[in-house]
Amino acid sequence: MDYFDRFAVPHPSPAIYASMVAIGLTMIAVVAGITYFKKWGYLWREWLTTVDHKRIGIMYILAALLMLFRGGVDALMMRAQTAIPDNGLLDGQHYNEVFTTHGVVMILFMAMPFIIGLMNIVTPLQVGARDVAFPRLNAVSFWLFFMGAMLFNISFVVGGSPDAGWTSYFPLAGNDFSESVGSNYYAISLQIAGIGTLMTGINFIVTILKMRAPGMTLMKMPMFTWSILITNFIIVFAFPVLTVALALMTMDRLFGTQFFTMANGGSDMLWANLFWVWGHPEVYIVILPAFGIYSEIISTFARRNLYGYNSMVISMVAISTLSFIVWAHHFYTMGHGAMVNGIFSITTMAIAVPTGVKIFNWLFTLWKGKIVFTVPMLYSLAFIPIFTLGGVTGVMLAMASADYQYHNTMFLVAHFHYVLIPGTVFAVLAGFTYWWPKMFGFMLSEKIGKWSFWFIIIGFNVTFFPMFITGLDGQARRMYTYSESTGYGPLNMLSFVGAIGLAIGFALIVYNIYWSTRYASRNISNDPWDARSLEWATHTPIPEYNFAVVPTVDSTEAFWDSKKKGFKLFGGKVEKIHMPNNSGVPFIMSCIFFVWGFALVFSMWIIAIIATIGIFACMIHRSFEKDHGRYISVEEIEETENKLRGAK
Amino acid sequence: MKIDNSLPLEYSTEENRLKIFGFWIFLGAEIALFATLFATYFVLVDGTGNGPTGEHLFKVPTLMFQTIFLLTSSFTIGLGINAMRLGRQKATIGFFIITLILGLGFLGVEIYEFVEYVHEGATIQTSAFLSSLFTLLGTHGAHVTLGLFWGTFIILQIKKRGMTPQTTNKAFIFSLYWHFLDVVWIFIFSFVYLKGMM
Repeated sequence: MDYFDRFAVPHPSPAIYASMVAIGLTMIAVVAGITYFKKWGYLWREWLTTVDHKRIGIMYILAALLMLFRGGVDALMMRAQTAIPDNGLLDGQHYNEVFTTHGVVMILFMAMPFIIGLMNIVTPLQVGARDVAFPRLNAVSFWLFFMGAMLFNISFVVGGSPDAGWTSYFPLAGNDFSESVGSNYYAISLQIAGIGTLMTGINFIVTILKMRAPGMTLMKMPMFTWSILITNFIIVFAFPVLTVALALMTMDRLFGTQFFTMANGGSDMLWANLFWVWGHPEVYIVILPAFGIYSEIISTFARRNLYGYNSMVISMVAISTLSFIVWAHHFYTMGHGAMVNGIFSITTMAIAVPTGVKIFNWLFTLWKGKIVFTVPMLYSLAFIPIFTLGGVTGVMLAMASADYQYHNTMFLVAHFHYVLIPGTVFAVLAGFTYWWPKMFGFMLSEKIGKWSFWFIIIGFNVTFFPMFITGLDGQARRMYTYSESTGYGPLNMLSFVGAIGLAIGFALIVYNIYWSTRYASRNISNDPWDARSLEWATHTPIPEYNFAVVPTVDSTEAFWDSKKKGFKLFGGKVEKIHMPNNSGVPFIMSCIFFVWGFALVFSMWIIAIIATIGIFACMIHRSFEKDHGRYISVEEIEETENKLRGAK
Repeated sequence: MKIDNSLPLEYSTEENRLKIFGFWIFLGAEIALFATLFATYFVLVDGTGNGPTGEHLFKVPTLMFQTIFLLTSSFTIGLGINAMRLGRQKATIGFFIITLILGLGFLGVEIYEFVEYVHEGATIQTSAFLSSLFTLLGTHGAHVTLGLFWGTFIILQIKKRGMTPQTTNKAFIFSLYWHFLDVVWIFIFSFVYLKGMM
């Protein structure tokens, strides 16, 4: 039994055993279901081996939604635990694991993949391209992210979750204080997913810079594409830092190196710096695309072109630069002198300026617009005041001297949820609703959508606003309980009630998908929102090749101009189209990565070596493979086009 | 596949141009990666604990051999790419083989050096300085090792398939990678070894 002991969860509780059973049953049900309906072949041919950016995008979003519920359950457990003083629902250890996984899952396995999913679906269409620059690499990116996420998630039931916070500060995350394999999971699963993200970054920079439709100069790109371009530059320069930091962490934990130790010359502060040199730009990796989504949605539903296009672009470039030089504001109180704190304080506050410019641009866009209150627009409108509140509290935290008062309190927790939830979660929900008809050919129910919107908006404020108050009152974050005499009880109970409201809102989104899939009308046009950019210029559902004829662009809103001013978008004649072939190798290689990661977590060296060889074998296979893709003939294209036109 | 004959073979198709551009961006990410490793090294360089210091460890002869091998190999791969542009397949393969042999020589000296260090009681676990030194040198060395395999496969493909847009594209990208490793070595030479010996 000794061999299997190490896979056991070190701090078991009934909740964990129940999850094990639930996971087991779900997996059996999924396998049985696919077998019963004979869908293995379909699954393999159409999804697991696909290199189509639209399908990869849908898989990203599906995975992100799953992770939203995983992270959401963690959040509910935290709020339930602190709802009343001296609660015994979770013990201290379990609480540590829950807040750690909540942070990691929500940022890295929910927010970022959701953004990347939307980016995958929309960006090539917006720039008038037939696919991304490297379709097969795109599949590798997705599967690496997915396997990283799965590896992280099984930590819950095999070997124990990480418990050192999503920041994994040393020495807390070192072997002395985190004895379980949890932090190994953290280091290795993030590494695998991070490699995938880096490749996405390279892929989309090349796609946007080199594959735009004729006439689309940089300053004629849609705002969402601009935000994606800048985001991918941040990814390419920030993620290698994470790669190094995690590699050093892995070596410290597995091989006894001395990077972050307290003796033999190591420096725990090195971890804090490396982590946040990546971690702060990461915040903007999830926020900037959200700004892009809002820009699209606000100008569509205000029926007006975006106010201040140039200043929007300049602001985003400024934010991306500043994002790299503010990282030390995450640890003002770790003792690096007044000078350093002062400089980082100023650079941090400077970010408020370009962000403010953007807020005013959205307001000016709305000012003379004819606003249509659809679900995506409601999220965008709610975003502006809520995000501003988050931003203002951010400036409060940016003042180093004041931060000594409220660092590490619930005030901070309230601040970053006030920034990230309207900034990212509302944005992806808005973008998801907005682009849904393009993905699936029908609309989500507006009525159910509005119900979930109100539950989420009200639930969100009820959950997080009380934290500003308890935080200023001194309630520390990451404390699993508190005594009644502190007086934090009632406001924490209020937060819990709000969290339930949020949960209902998210559940309604799932219900909306179910309801709309069954009952919504399939009879919609290619452009149901009367939108402005190129992705609405093609058919719904989108054919594999996106555009039968590559569009020509003449302004920032070529599609709008084609509708209103009679600009001719599609000039040329249909020619045969070159498309890449599907491949199972990205999926297989990523499965081997999963095995490799699992073996490293538990220091099973022989399996790790075999898996490493397997990974390289996949790469060598790719190097020698002769795969020049295939052509779609003119007849085939015309047949598809006629069929899609007939469906209207 | 449309081939544009006015351009060198490795740039001649749309896909090839995308691949070369994408690889340049990848090299940008690699610069960030090595910059982080250098920063780590500079932070930890005085954290020698009870272990030996750089002054004690670094030797001139091994350093000189490594530098000569790697810098020469960057020159020979340049000759290889030049031969490729002239369409001379045998010369291309020849220069690539010389490049890889020089790379192998570099790696041999590096391994010898690491063994020497360990004999002197300097292991990766001894101190933070040594952890960061071995990691920085090791990451570079691992890149060279990967390059040796990669280059070998490209030689095999050129031999088997001739000078096609695909094989020349791969060879050209490989040469970018190899030059990049040389640039990193120049930084290691200056800021790790020379600075450590002074």
